[in-house]
Amino acid sequence: MTTVDSAATSTPTAVPAAGRADRPVRREWGVVNLLSHGFLLFWGAVTVLPLLWMVISSFKSNAEILADPWGLPGALRFDNWARAWGGAHIGRYFLNSLVVVTGSVTLTMLTGATAAYVFARYEFRGRQVLYYLFVGGLMFPVFLALVPLFFVVRNAGLFNTWTGLILVYAAYSLPFTVFFLTAFFRTLPTSVAEAALVDGCGHFRLFFRVMLPMARPGMISLAIFNFLNHWNQFLLPQVLMQGDESKWVLAQGLAALSVNQGYAGDYAQLFAGLTIAVVPVLLVYVVFQRQVQSGLTAGQLK
Amino acid sequence: MKHGKYPLIATFLVPPVLLYVVFVVSPYLQAFQISTTDWLGYSAEANPVGLANFKTLWRDEYVWNALKNNAVLLALVPVSTIVLGLFFATMLNMGGRKGRAGVAGVRGSAVYRTVYFFPQVLSVVIIALLWKEVYHPGKGLLTSAANGLGLAAPTWLGDPRTAFWCVLAVMIWSNVGFYVVLFGAAMSSVPREIYEAVLLDGASRLTTLWRVTIPLLWDTVQVAWVYLAIFALDGFILVQLMTNGGPNFSTDVIGVRMYDTAFGSETKFGYASAIGVVMFFLTLSVAVLALRIGKRDRIEYS
Repeated sequence: MTTVDSAATSTPTAVPAAGRADRPVRREWGVVNLLSHGFLLFWGAVTVLPLLWMVISSFKSNAEILADPWGLPGALRFDNWARAWGGAHIGRYFLNSLVVVTGSVTLTMLTGATAAYVFARYEFRGRQVLYYLFVGGLMFPVFLALVPLFFVVRNAGLFNTWTGLILVYAAYSLPFTVFFLTAFFRTLPTSVAEAALVDGCGHFRLFFRVMLPMARPGMISLAIFNFLNHWNQFLLPQVLMQGDESKWVLAQGLAALSVNQGYAGDYAQLFAGLTIAVVPVLLVYVVFQRQVQSGLTAGQLK
Repeated sequence: MKHGKYPLIATFLVPPVLLYVVFVVSPYLQAFQISTTDWLGYSAEANPVGLANFKTLWRDEYVWNALKNNAVLLALVPVSTIVLGLFFATMLNMGGRKGRAGVAGVRGSAVYRTVYFFPQVLSVVIIALLWKEVYHPGKGLLTSAANGLGLAAPTWLGDPRTAFWCVLAVMIWSNVGFYVVLFGAAMSSVPREIYEAVLLDGASRLTTLWRVTIPLLWDTVQVAWVYLAIFALDGFILVQLMTNGGPNFSTDVIGVRMYDTAFGSETKFGYASAIGVVMFFLTLSVAVLALRIGKRDRIEYS
């Protein structure tokens, strides 16, 4: 018991007065402990500070931003936000992203889940080959496909269209989605499916009424994973959505805003635009923290 | 029972396979073919040139410079991120004072975990643009902080000597939180009694981390290693938006090189695809190496 107690009292002040042989060692560990806690706080500050600064700066005037980066705004200037939302079209890009990502996540989950289900639950010729064809995509960097993909999309008449982006996002998310969901469908008990089939349930009904509901936890994790992934896409829209500015997604709009503020000197507008993009995502994250964290990490723990 | 399964297999597999073959498999295959041509642009014809692109590549000092930068990232980003991630995860899961209850995280560990994960839900585009402002020599946070402390601040991203390290720091900043959560999840699946027994035996925290935690988490660490290695070979969005490879190519990475070759002022599609092929083999070998070197016996606890 004494050992446990001395391990517990690891701060310097808490070292028992009674002399002990190992006292200097404990004291040293107390210092380390203090440093460790300091470092935890430090990292927290380093994480939060840029974000906090971004939000605060979004309320400042351009003169205030230039005069003192660390200062507080003299007033809450919401007109910065209005300029970013309307003038820089961040509002429109935000909605564009929402449309594209809603479509692409739906398509990814639908195609991914059906393919994974077949791979996990049915025997047929060529199953292994097809499965490895999908999973093999995990090894390829998108860069390699970039040039031909540009032409595939253009020849299909999908260049500068949301449909094109949705199809491409979904296609490139399939390897991981299929990999993850196949493993997930395999973990579901077979007895339920067999009982349903014996009761005369068709194969399609079995999937939509029994298996899919059972796979909900895995589906939710993956949907969150894919949502964040698609929402944050930059390279693909930059290549496949080069022309028509009105169809840009949020990431492109923000990048353009950053370039433009260099010429126009409207720094507050950039900070407001970034804040508009960040705040909803952070709010969703804080509310659904547990699901988001497990959604993003679950795939890698498998 | 087999009756009627083929309609389902067909309906469930054809759309995903079609999507995948058109937008993923065919571009990848074409990329290898294009890399052996001198294709220059949107309409110009492509002549087969064999391995000439790869020979040029071998003597292209810009490519070598970019690869060198990727190599430095590869050497530093995974190690630093994993070390920081393990440290923070240890603190948050069992860094707390150990009372009679045994092992616990530090006070406020839930808050730390939430905050550390913030960068993970932000898009890389936003991270890049935000840090570009933080590093801004005029209105950024860092310069005025340094000036306030009476230090001469460098121009951060403007100076070839510091720019690369500034980008590297952002890479670590944006990744650590994810691995804190990932390692934390893995640690919480280790039976508590193991740690309690180790602590009863009087092992120090460092010994516990090195001798108990890391071996038990080895699988997860290895996965982290592979992911971070692939990340270090990419780095495209951060570099393109923060510095676009400059100043004086000091932050150039292979992804930016490829993008500029294909979609920059010139459209050397053949040559760019050759760079893509090199990236593919690099990614593949790094992933295989990371898995091979890290191979150890699995530890399973029931």
